[in-house]
Order: sequence, then C-alpha cells, then structure tokens
Amino acid sequence: MQEQTPNTESQPERIYRHTLPVRIWHWTNAISLFILIMTGLQIFNAHPALYWGDRSDRDKPLLAMRAMKAETGEITGVTTILGRQFDTTGVFGYSGDKVRGFPSWATIPSGKWLSMGRQWHFFFAWILALNVLFYMTYGFGSRHVKKDLVPTGPDLRNIPTAVKDHLLLRHETGEAAKRYNVLQKLSYLGVIFGLLPLIVLTGLTMSPTMDAAFPFLLDLFGGRQSARTIHFVTCFLFVGFIAIHVSQVILTGFFNNIRSMLTGWFTVPTTGAAHEQSETH
Amino acid sequence: MNSPKPIDRRRFLSGAVQAASLLALAGCDSLSQSDWFPSLMGNTEKLTKKAQRALSSKRAMAREYTEADRSVVFPANGNSNPENPDYQAMVTKGFADWRLEIGGLVEKPASFSLAELRQMSSRTQTTRHDCVEGWSAIATWTGVKLGDLLEHVQPKPEARFIVFYCADPDEDGQKYYESVDFDEAYHPQTILAYGMNGQALPVAHGAPIRLRVERQLGYKQAKYVMKIEAVESLDAIGDGKGGYWEDQGYEWYAGI
Repeated sequence: MQEQTPNTESQPERIYRHTLPVRIWHWTNAISLFILIMTGLQIFNAHPALYWGDRSDRDKPLLAMRAMKAETGEITGVTTILGRQFDTTGVFGYSGDKVRGFPSWATIPSGKWLSMGRQWHFFFAWILALNVLFYMTYGFGSRHVKKDLVPTGPDLRNIPTAVKDHLLLRHETGEAAKRYNVLQKLSYLGVIFGLLPLIVLTGLTMSPTMDAAFPFLLDLFGGRQSARTIHFVTCFLFVGFIAIHVSQVILTGFFNNIRSMLTGWFTVPTTGAAHEQSETH
Repeated sequence: MNSPKPIDRRRFLSGAVQAASLLALAGCDSLSQSDWFPSLMGNTEKLTKKAQRALSSKRAMAREYTEADRSVVFPANGNSNPENPDYQAMVTKGFADWRLEIGGLVEKPASFSLAELRQMSSRTQTTRHDCVEGWSAIATWTGVKLGDLLEHVQPKPEARFIVFYCADPDEDGQKYYESVDFDEAYHPQTILAYGMNGQALPVAHGAPIRLRVERQLGYKQAKYVMKIEAVESLDAIGDGKGGYWEDQGYEWYAGI
C-alpha cells in the first residue's frame, strides 16, 4: 500500500494496493466459497431440516422444507420456521416439478446427487482450510493484519460517520481511499476471525470421528445438530457478506477494483469526483 | 468518451454476473460427469482419513449418552424389512437356526448362534447415529465386541479388512455389504449389536445383528449381518469399493 507512481496533474494517482498473497487469498476464497455454499446446499437438500441439540427429532425442527400435496393433487412447497409455515412453492420445498429443499439453480450439482456434492464440498473445504493457513502465516508474518485490518483509534471514533457515508453511498477519495475504511476493516476481521473459524469448526463437529477426538466440540456448539444449524446460519452470513462486498465493489468503481485485485494496481479516486470517473473507459 | 449511464452499467453488470454464474454452474455439472475431476477429488478421502487418524487416537471414544437422551423415534433407514425369502424364514423361526459365519483369511474359521453370542461378554452403549444425509438419532445398543470375535478366529497377518455380508437385497437383488479396517474393527465401541434400547434388535433395525462402528457415518452400520470375512483386498467384492453405498460413489472412509 506504500508504493506510488509519479503523480502528475494530468494522470490520476495509482498505488500498489493489494500484494500478491492477498490477491491469491482473495480469489481462492471467491472460488471455494462459491462452490462450498452451493455444494453445501446440495448436502442440506438430502435432509432439508435443521434442529437444536444432539438429535434430529422430526417433530421439532427449527426449520424444515417440505412438499405437500393438496386433495386437488396440487403440490406446494412449504417451509416451516420456528413453527410458522410459509408457502414457498417454486423456491423451497418444491421447485421445477421436484421435491427438493433448495432449487436446482442454487446447488452443485444441479440435480439431486448427495455423494457428488460431498466430494466437491470436502475437496474445496481442504482448499479453503489450506488457504486460511497460508493467509494467517502471511497476514501475521508480514504484519498485513495489524497494518491494514486492525482499526485505529480515529477509525473507531469515525464509525458513525462511516455508517452514514455508506448509507448515502458516499465513498472515500484521495488519501482516505488508499486504506480500508473502518467498516471494511471490521467486516474483514469479522469474516476472517469470526465466520471462517466458526464454519470450519462447526463443519468438523458434524464428523463423528472428530467428535470422538475432540469431544469439547460437541459441548462448544451444543451438539451435532446444533453445529449443523450454526454451520447453515454461518453459510448465509457469508452469503450476506458476499452480497454487500460485491455491491460495494460495483458502487466504488467495478473495473478499478477488479483490476486492483487482479494486478495489485489501484487508481485513487480524486476528491470531488464521482466514484465512477476514476475509471478508464 | 461518454460513460454509459450508471443504470445501464448496473444492468450490464448484473446480466454479466447472471450469465457467468449460469456458465459456471453448467461447467460444474459437466465436471461432475467427467472421469478425471471426481477422480481428482477422490484424493480428498485419503487426505481426510490420514488427517483424521493423525488427529485422533486409535482409542478415542465416541461420546456416550444417557438413556434419557434416546430418540423417541429412531428412523429405520435403508431396508427395514428385507425382501428375501430365506431371511423371512429365519424371522419366522426367531433366528433359531441362524449362525454368524466368520471366515476368510483367519486361522480358525468359526460360526456362532445367536444364543452363543448372547452368552459372550457384552458391551452396552448409548450412542449417536449420524446419517450421511445429515440427521442424527440416539439409541442404546448391546452386543458383542467385534474385537473379541476376531480374537477367537485369529485373522492372518495378510488380512487388512473385515467385510460384512448382509441379508438385505435392493430392487436389483444387489445385497448390502460393508467393510472396515482393523483400526475400527478392534475399537472398543465396535460391536455386533443384538439388542437395541434394552429389547431384542427389531427387524427394522437389522435383526438378528447389526454392526455399530461409532466413529463412522450411518451407512457403515450394516444391518442383517449374516457372514463376516477377513480379506486382504476389497477389489473382488461387489464393485470393489468396499460397500454397497461406496460402490455408488460414497466414500469408503466414513469418518466425516
């Protein structure tokens, strides 16, 4: 984040924003999370219901997706959340003339294929886990986490302003645009040190062998079925993060952001300019 | 050098994202159908097995619960009443003529009646059954340790797996079978259960005996076990993958 190209009046300032390890980390995550989420929904579809505790008591699900047949022969998809029923025909429970939890566009493979979904899921789970190890080594070794992600005192005092700016779709320019803003820092830290460990540990708690090796996992999450539920909820926190992240990437200059994550080089938006103008067309 | 209006740009981007995801999904489906990609992903199973075995001791015990934790309804997955006349005849006679044969690569092949198994020292454990589909159920199992039976028959040094042949056929007549290696076979919680929740094991749950391998998923817990064999390789049995579901693409190592 320090190197700078000579800055003249006519040329917008360009900085080397993302180091190679960060770029590798980012794109490996992008691909593996995309696949892990969709293969996870394939696995979920094998038993589209969630419970709390150690057992799956079928009469007490926290969430269940079912298909129901009316006397007229009409089939509807019904989702039950904490005892309340919702008609979700076409999306959850029944879609594309099939009885299935999540629809085919949300799962890998698209058709019902649990064993193949598991193969993909575990393959990319390993890639994600090795990527996390790689990033932690780099992030702490190079002080990237401390320098770029840990919020400073002024950062923290600036949270209310940052929230307001984000809601008004106002984005940093000049010097401020060279660093992550405080909401960015907090959300990245939350994902890296909150969601990622949580999804890995709840995933391992679903493994009977890991439960024998580390019984405290069952106590930590309140049972295997609770761990499965937390794994599912964490998955959707990732989905939420990705949705906000991608929309921010688009709003603050899509091509400039993508280029900086591919090559490292970022064109600094200038003061007073609309965020789209820093891009080359 | 007029920039497109942001709204056009947004519409273009969202269209591009949709098109890219559709392409990516179609790509994933065709990769699933290919030979090379599933076979590449199959290496994960070996890595997972090695890592899990390295992280857990051979004797690490699956959690045991109390009777109060039992499931009121324990789902009987897979076959719950084998369509096999020989088996049905055994049910009628209360398994009086049933004998568990143990053979293959063993020094002293033997067979045991249900009464003989019940007279041997037993183990009772209340454990969690984790189906590969994702659900769990808890029950109390009583049976004889597989390790005790193996000490009787003395597997030969070249034997590497224990195979369980079952009485339940699928619609195509293919009978269920399963296999474990010696790490799991000699684990103290690996039992051949003849009792469930204090009663004789019901037909729906695998009478007269079913396997319990408590650190593995549900499909390893073979029901209706008729014959046990020690073997050096799984290649010649079924489609060679070591079990009924394994032959259909599920992992042989069912620890996760």
